[in-house]
Amino acid sequence: MVTLSRRSGQPGAVLTIISCVANSLVCGSPVHVIFSPLIAVTSSSFSTLVQLFDTHHSELLEAWVAQQLQVLSRTGKISRSELEAQCQEFLDAFRAALRSGVTADIQALQWSRVREILGSVSRSRAVQGFTPSETAMFIFSLKRPLGNLIQGGAANAKEINTLVWPINELLDMLGLYTTEVYQKGRDEVIRRQQEDMLELSTPVVQLWDGVLALPIIGTLDSARTQVVMETLLQRIVETESDVAIIDITGVPTVDTLTAQHLLKTVTAARLMGADCIISGIRPQIAQTIVHLGVDLGDIVTKGTLADAFRVALQRMGPSLARPTRPGLGR
Amino acid sequence: MERIPILRMGTFLLVTIQVDMHDRLATALQDDLTTRIAEVGARGVLIDISSLEIVDSFIGRMLANIAGMARVLDAETVVVGMRPAVAITLVELGLSLTGVRTALSVEKGMAILQASQQHAFTIPELDAPENEETDDSTEHARSQT
Repeated sequence: MVTLSRRSGQPGAVLTIISCVANSLVCGSPVHVIFSPLIAVTSSSFSTLVQLFDTHHSELLEAWVAQQLQVLSRTGKISRSELEAQCQEFLDAFRAALRSGVTADIQALQWSRVREILGSVSRSRAVQGFTPSETAMFIFSLKRPLGNLIQGGAANAKEINTLVWPINELLDMLGLYTTEVYQKGRDEVIRRQQEDMLELSTPVVQLWDGVLALPIIGTLDSARTQVVMETLLQRIVETESDVAIIDITGVPTVDTLTAQHLLKTVTAARLMGADCIISGIRPQIAQTIVHLGVDLGDIVTKGTLADAFRVALQRMGPSLARPTRPGLGR
Repeated sequence: MERIPILRMGTFLLVTIQVDMHDRLATALQDDLTTRIAEVGARGVLIDISSLEIVDSFIGRMLANIAGMARVLDAETVVVGMRPAVAITLVELGLSLTGVRTALSVEKGMAILQASQQHAFTIPELDAPENEETDDSTEHARSQT
């Protein structure tokens, strides 16, 4: 345990330990294997592997693609030729990396090409809507064909053992890397969608000459409030509106921060010469606001948008009807 | 030295800030404006800041100060045409300019000033004193200067 906690300072070490544990559990070997030195690969063992790769390249590719198609062909998310191209590219890079050195540290320079290919594969799969396991399977499904290859090509049981272990660990690490990139790709998609939603979710509608309404739907965070505030103020200037109604019927919760944002928006609008009315405060939100001790000050609040609109029209009525009186001053 | 022009429109004063305000200009405006209010006996001041793109806390406080001074001198201040960016900045600076009236355009600002004057005049519920009262106040202001 001591060793484990000392090692866990580095993320890479943690991943390695996890994959080792997984391996040893699968193979039924004792757990103390975890603490044995990770990369005990001699150059000779890798060179045997590279030889095997060279001689059985097309068979390996065939077996690997078949392995993946067993699962993927049902989903119809990827065509056979596309998959073959991806596998071919990866195997070439993988072989080149194995040939150029003995290290199994996938962050090393010689693995950069492999990482690049894996990254592009898993990113494209994230966008295409593959599940995490379908994406990780790209690497993990290589285990069986490679194992068969080694078993068929190695001279004796000892050689098999020395080859299978490092390859297993290597593939585990590559698999974890794939998942990591996949996750990043998904995060990217989510972030972009959030941005799109931000643009869509702040419509400012004109109810009447000089009356604007801003129905807010969804939670108000600071980034969104900034957009809401700017859009509202800009529209106030464009339409020369005296009254703006902020409708928060669609806001699920109001916390102190949200209230603060609302207050800021109202104050900014007032500075520009427009009045704000807040409508659509639900009973629970009213309770929350009072419990939180938020002081809405002299902001006019109304139950429904209709009530707020009526107030707005009343407020504008006399000022519209009143004839302008030139020459009051001399 | 550069100065901001103050125009007179009846009993109201009209100030249009068309250059970037710096601190000395702001102080000079305070001086000029208070002097002019007393001189002409103005009942309202309209400050148009639609061309003002940059504000800092000093300018924000200056606006509030001018309004306060004008109120002491019996004139109401309306700030018109504030840009959204300026409004957001002032709010972020914590300056909500309480006590300053605001309007979207010069026209609406004028309407506010006139409405408040009208309101003030109707309190005595007499027709005749309306002119006399303004005359008095103007003369009073002149005799002061």
